Amino acid sequence: MAGPSIDALGQFRLTSGLGPIGHAVNFTNSNEMMLLSVGLIVVAFGLALRTRALVPGRMQSLVETLYEFVHGMCVDTIGEEGRKFFPLVFTLFIFILLGNLLGLFPYFFAFTSGIVVTLAMALFVFLFSTAVGFYIHGFKFLKFFVPAGVPGWMLPMLVPIEIISYLSRPVSLSVRLFANMTAGHVMLEVFAGFMILLTASLGVFGVVASIIPLGLNIALMGLELLVACLQAYVFAILTCLYLHDAVHMH
Amino acid sequence: MNRLFTTTSLTGGVALGLLAQAGVAHAGSNMPQMDFSNPLNGSQVVWLVIILVVLYLILSRWALPGVGAVLADRSQRIQRDLDAAHAAKVEADAAVAELHAAIKSARDEANAEVARATEAAKAAAAQQAAELSAKLDAQLEKAEAEIAAARTQALTAIRPIAAETAGLLMTRLTGQALDETKLHQGIQDALAARGLA
Repeated sequence: MAGPSIDALGQFRLTSGLGPIGHAVNFTNSNEMMLLSVGLIVVAFGLALRTRALVPGRMQSLVETLYEFVHGMCVDTIGEEGRKFFPLVFTLFIFILLGNLLGLFPYFFAFTSGIVVTLAMALFVFLFSTAVGFYIHGFKFLKFFVPAGVPGWMLPMLVPIEIISYLSRPVSLSVRLFANMTAGHVMLEVFAGFMILLTASLGVFGVVASIIPLGLNIALMGLELLVACLQAYVFAILTCLYLHDAVHMH
Repeated sequence: MNRLFTTTSLTGGVALGLLAQAGVAHAGSNMPQMDFSNPLNGSQVVWLVIILVVLYLILSRWALPGVGAVLADRSQRIQRDLDAAHAAKVEADAAVAELHAAIKSARDEANAEVARATEAAKAAAAQQAAELSAKLDAQLEKAEAEIAAARTQALTAIRPIAAETAGLLMTRLTGQALDETKLHQGIQDALAARGLA
């Protein structure tokens, strides 16, 4: 943040990470954060599974709560078949959750604010749920695009709509996460940059006036914490819903 | 399901890589996320896929089954304890019922015993009273007989004294000897008139 302008988008710039080796294989700073997330997840589970206490301690409670939360979500949304997809949904949920939360720390890169990252995960969910649909139902899965109990003459209109809405799933799934994270981080950066601008241009009065954007940023941080958890939840529950459609076809 | 997962993820990764390459033509957007000319934008997806697959394997092979086992153990343990507590309660209820029955039978027995003892005591008392009254009656009769005998004796003793006194009085008053037979007859009549003969 040198100079008098606010570079709100600079925080999303990809650089290579992990030193020269990372540079050689195009390992990026976003991948560093992914590795950090995975590391934290592994450490959390390691600590939780070290004791395997009957009465859980703090870390074990946290991990068990997450487990039961996602497990309940899978079984409630998908049905009993949800147990098979639980590790997958849990992986996506915990990965996105940690990515969102870690991204809120200053100087930490929020990898969920990259459209290619969210699109990759959304496309995976889309392709995977479609594959599950064909795997379970064979070509009968195409009936999914024919709504039941609709007069025949309406089908030429409805089937394309169904197909378009189905195809737009990965787009909405990825853009929702990407846009939420990007917007939040841009706002945080704008308010923070505004404080620097005020201080630089108005001197002592600017320092005092900076309290306003600082307060806004504090409030915004609370909102962003909520958004970080909520978007991870939304991604996971939509994954469950798509899998439910693939398994049950309605 | 695992093979399906791997296949899909690899397909998705390749598709995204191609998409990122295709996006090179659109370079120039001022959002770094949309800058597909940056090779890092495509390569981060490849690493994303690798990292996610590793995370999935770690979670699905080790972490989640571990936590699931802990949770299953706990719920089993709780169920077992609940069952044990339930059995203990049933046992305790049975013991309490048994205790109540024992107390009731003991009380009944005690009541019967008390009634029996009271009955026996009453009978004994009645018998004793009867014996006592019989004895008293006998004593009374004996006493009455003795009194009657004493009286009779006293009366028999009175007669010669009366005769002597009457004879003495008559002699002194009249100065002549008395007819013994008439005197005796007169005393006899006087006694008879008073009911003492």
